[in-house]
Amino acid sequence: MKIRDYIPTRVGFGKGLKEAADQMPEIIGLGADITGSVNMNFFAEAHPDRFYSLGIAEQNITGVAVGLALEGKIPVMATYGVFSAMRNTDQVRISVCYNNLHVIIGGAHAGISVGPDGATHQALEDIAIMRSLPNMTVLSPCDATQANQAIKAALTEQTGPVYLRFGREAVPDFIPDDIKFEIGKAQLLKTGEDLTIVATGHLVWEALEAAKELESGGVSARVINLHTIKPIDKETLIKASAETGAIVTAEEHQIMGGMGSAVAEVLSEYAPCPMKFIGVNDTFGESGQPDELMKKYKLKSKDIVTAAHEVLINKAKK
Amino acid sequence: MKLSVRQLREKAMEIRISVIKSLAAAGSGHLGGSLGLADVFTSLYFKELNHKPENPKWENRDRLVLSIGHVAPIFYTTLAHCGYFPIEELATLRKLGSRLQGHPATDHHTPGLETSAGSLGQGLSIALGMALAARHNGARHRIFSIHGDGELQEGSIWEAAMAAGNYQLDNMVAIVDRNGVQIDGPTEQVMGVEPLADKWRAFNWKVHECDGNDIIDILRCFEVVKEKTNQPQVIIAHTKMGAGVAEIENDYTWHGKPPRPENVDNFIAQVKQSYHENS
Repeated sequence: MKIRDYIPTRVGFGKGLKEAADQMPEIIGLGADITGSVNMNFFAEAHPDRFYSLGIAEQNITGVAVGLALEGKIPVMATYGVFSAMRNTDQVRISVCYNNLHVIIGGAHAGISVGPDGATHQALEDIAIMRSLPNMTVLSPCDATQANQAIKAALTEQTGPVYLRFGREAVPDFIPDDIKFEIGKAQLLKTGEDLTIVATGHLVWEALEAAKELESGGVSARVINLHTIKPIDKETLIKASAETGAIVTAEEHQIMGGMGSAVAEVLSEYAPCPMKFIGVNDTFGESGQPDELMKKYKLKSKDIVTAAHEVLINKAKK
Repeated sequence: MKLSVRQLREKAMEIRISVIKSLAAAGSGHLGGSLGLADVFTSLYFKELNHKPENPKWENRDRLVLSIGHVAPIFYTTLAHCGYFPIEELATLRKLGSRLQGHPATDHHTPGLETSAGSLGQGLSIALGMALAARHNGARHRIFSIHGDGELQEGSIWEAAMAAGNYQLDNMVAIVDRNGVQIDGPTEQVMGVEPLADKWRAFNWKVHECDGNDIIDILRCFEVVKEKTNQPQVIIAHTKMGAGVAEIENDYTWHGKPPRPENVDNFIAQVKQSYHENS
């Protein structure tokens, strides 16, 4: 797979939202004072009559989205994941999920790669919280192209709540146009027999890089893009475990409760195999340049390679 | 359904009796606030609201968002007496498999509910979203919401109040059940909410006050809020927790408990006596 460009996933979200809204008058955008930062500005500028600025008040915004959804609108609220998944968790649980409403919640600036803003702004627990809520769908696209596809699918194909996670930094845009995006269906990006790397978000690119390096050392790694963390694609995961016998998961999130945990929940019940988890290990982030942080917190392709060798040793011991 | 004042008083009495019976059958639940709001609910559903019990999702209905889910008994009882579902179903309150969950739940498909509720401080934002949608659609229905005075201690209420004032949503009417008490005791001891009317005014709301246990005064207030404003409006309804059962009126310990089976006849007798004394 080739890198076309480096684009933040938030741009894919913002443009996809605007393009969908051009066709769907029922879409309403809700702003939380960082409209440009989360790239909802494309929508707000194109459809000012359907954009409401609600200020720095995430609990209220969530309730307003609920009121709009109850009246048949499709509200999209977006702010930083630390706020849109956590400041308002009670509203998301009771008013959005319990009512099972078609509300789209954008979690921007997810992960440690937010960089210099530091730990307060680095959403590392949002997947764990959102995926534990009944009725919620959790999406974590791998690049800007996929973020564009994901917001459109969330708007057109879903009827219940969706949490859509995306990031701040420019990351490789690589997903080929001919690979279909389908909510709930993981993407097999590379075949392999010795182990499987299951990744989400922009760590999918790191996983592909890791697989390339492993290949040069004679290890055949399968790569799965788990863009939908909930509902999880059990079939693809069970098949990967059965056929390769070892799994490494990779995400820009706490290991506890994140995508890797979700994979482990499936495999420990249906197809156990040795696993290793790449993620932030029960600690807060800090200020720094995104790439410095990705290295320090061991979220790079070389860390995936190391984990792959470790999991292969455990596989051999079995 | 537009009843006269005399009929409304009689209906409120019948509804109070149903509340007592259903809570006694449930064995848990919130009696105090449910009785205190009986006159407000009766006035809304049997006089003020445009609604069709036979068609709960009628597009032009006035919306009622119950923000204080714990007074579900008065909500369910009023809906049943309107004909949304059979009165006999009130005996299933809080029981396994019932549509009448301890706090209102739309996933149980109870007719007449706009939203689930139970965690305080969320309903005003939901009403606000509905009001924005109505304005956006050019619809003429109004959006009522019911709040507790203790609930106003939740910060999210004031986020919503600020936004409704900002957007001048004159299709919203919030009703605050100002009974002055909450679970731990009097509101002004637990966490003072006064000066309450000034707080709403400061958020650009038009404020009205009434005796929430006097149907004539409630109806007077409902007429006043029909006057054209460019503001959202709030009615501070001064009620007595437990209103209608003299023995428990204003006793905050009755916020969250049901009548015991041995209380039922006595409480119903007190409700009837109160009705005859006041009519």
